[in-house]
Amino acid sequence: MPISPQLSILIIVIVGITTFVTRAIPFLIFRDGKKIPETVKYLGGALPPAVIGMLVIYCLKSVSIVSFPFGLPELIAVAAVVVLHVWKRNNLLSIGVGTVLYMFLVQVVF
Amino acid sequence: MEKRRGGYAKAFRAAFPFTVPVLTGYLFIGTAFGVMFQEKGYNFLWAIVMSILVYAGSGQYLAVNFFAPGVNLLQVIFLEFMVNIRHIFYGLSLLERFSEMGKKKLYMIFSLTDETYSLFFVTKIPKDVDEHKFMFAIALLDQLYWITGSAIGAIAGSVIPFDATGIDFAMTALFIVIFVEQWMTSITHLPALIGIVTGVVCLLVFGSENFILPTMICILVILLSGRKMIEQEVESDAD
Repeated sequence: MPISPQLSILIIVIVGITTFVTRAIPFLIFRDGKKIPETVKYLGGALPPAVIGMLVIYCLKSVSIVSFPFGLPELIAVAAVVVLHVWKRNNLLSIGVGTVLYMFLVQVVF
Repeated sequence: MEKRRGGYAKAFRAAFPFTVPVLTGYLFIGTAFGVMFQEKGYNFLWAIVMSILVYAGSGQYLAVNFFAPGVNLLQVIFLEFMVNIRHIFYGLSLLERFSEMGKKKLYMIFSLTDETYSLFFVTKIPKDVDEHKFMFAIALLDQLYWITGSAIGAIAGSVIPFDATGIDFAMTALFIVIFVEQWMTSITHLPALIGIVTGVVCLLVFGSENFILPTMICILVILLSGRKMIEQEVESDAD
């Protein structure tokens, strides 16, 4: 261990509390019993699709399209997941085939 | 008492199939965390403690760097807050559902990762299962996968029997599936498009390390200023 166990525990606790507080902020602002403003209700409904779109981009953020392999493995695998899912609508199938295809692409093809 | 316990067993059985994609993803990205942490000199017990007390993918990856002499604790707080800042959004959509969950509420907030949050919006809860127990089951199962993954990584170290390069795509695929599912079932596609487009634009403008906060601000501003349009589209389609 590079530092003492006490300091290590302290770091873990601080990281844990910071993460928890980040997740708890909306619940601290809009406490139980208080009426939730209409704007927040609207945001609560409109945010999830936008956030999930943002998470897709977040997962692909390190892909470089200007250097080899130009994001091709990601493009092919993402397209495969979308097509397969629209066609069969089976979560496990889409994710399983997409992941195995991607692994094959990055390990063997590119 | 028997009836209540039966309710939980049923909820866990019903929730399990929905969590399998997260099981796959968390086992592998959890393993990667365990490997990184044991390379720093922390054995599997430490990895387990951290995955129980923190439970955050990118947050724990980042945190591995903090275990070094001369660590600045204020900087730890600031960096962890920034890397997890997207989580501030998640509760806004769950204020009412969580507030009915009594004692479970604190754990539900604590365990609100990207993957658990996303699952709440695509899983159709079976009619004969209690909604709150079902959501609790999803949250707890996901964390168990994460703890297990990090323990495996810390024990097995770098002796992983096969080349797992690219397995983390399971997480990307999970979000794509959830995105497509949302797209096919929702009345308006505007919020989904806003998320994708602002994400891409901010990624190009601010770079991969700094784009999440600007993306969040843009999404908020656009959703708020386009509220009339989005609500009209929902209403006209509902007619």
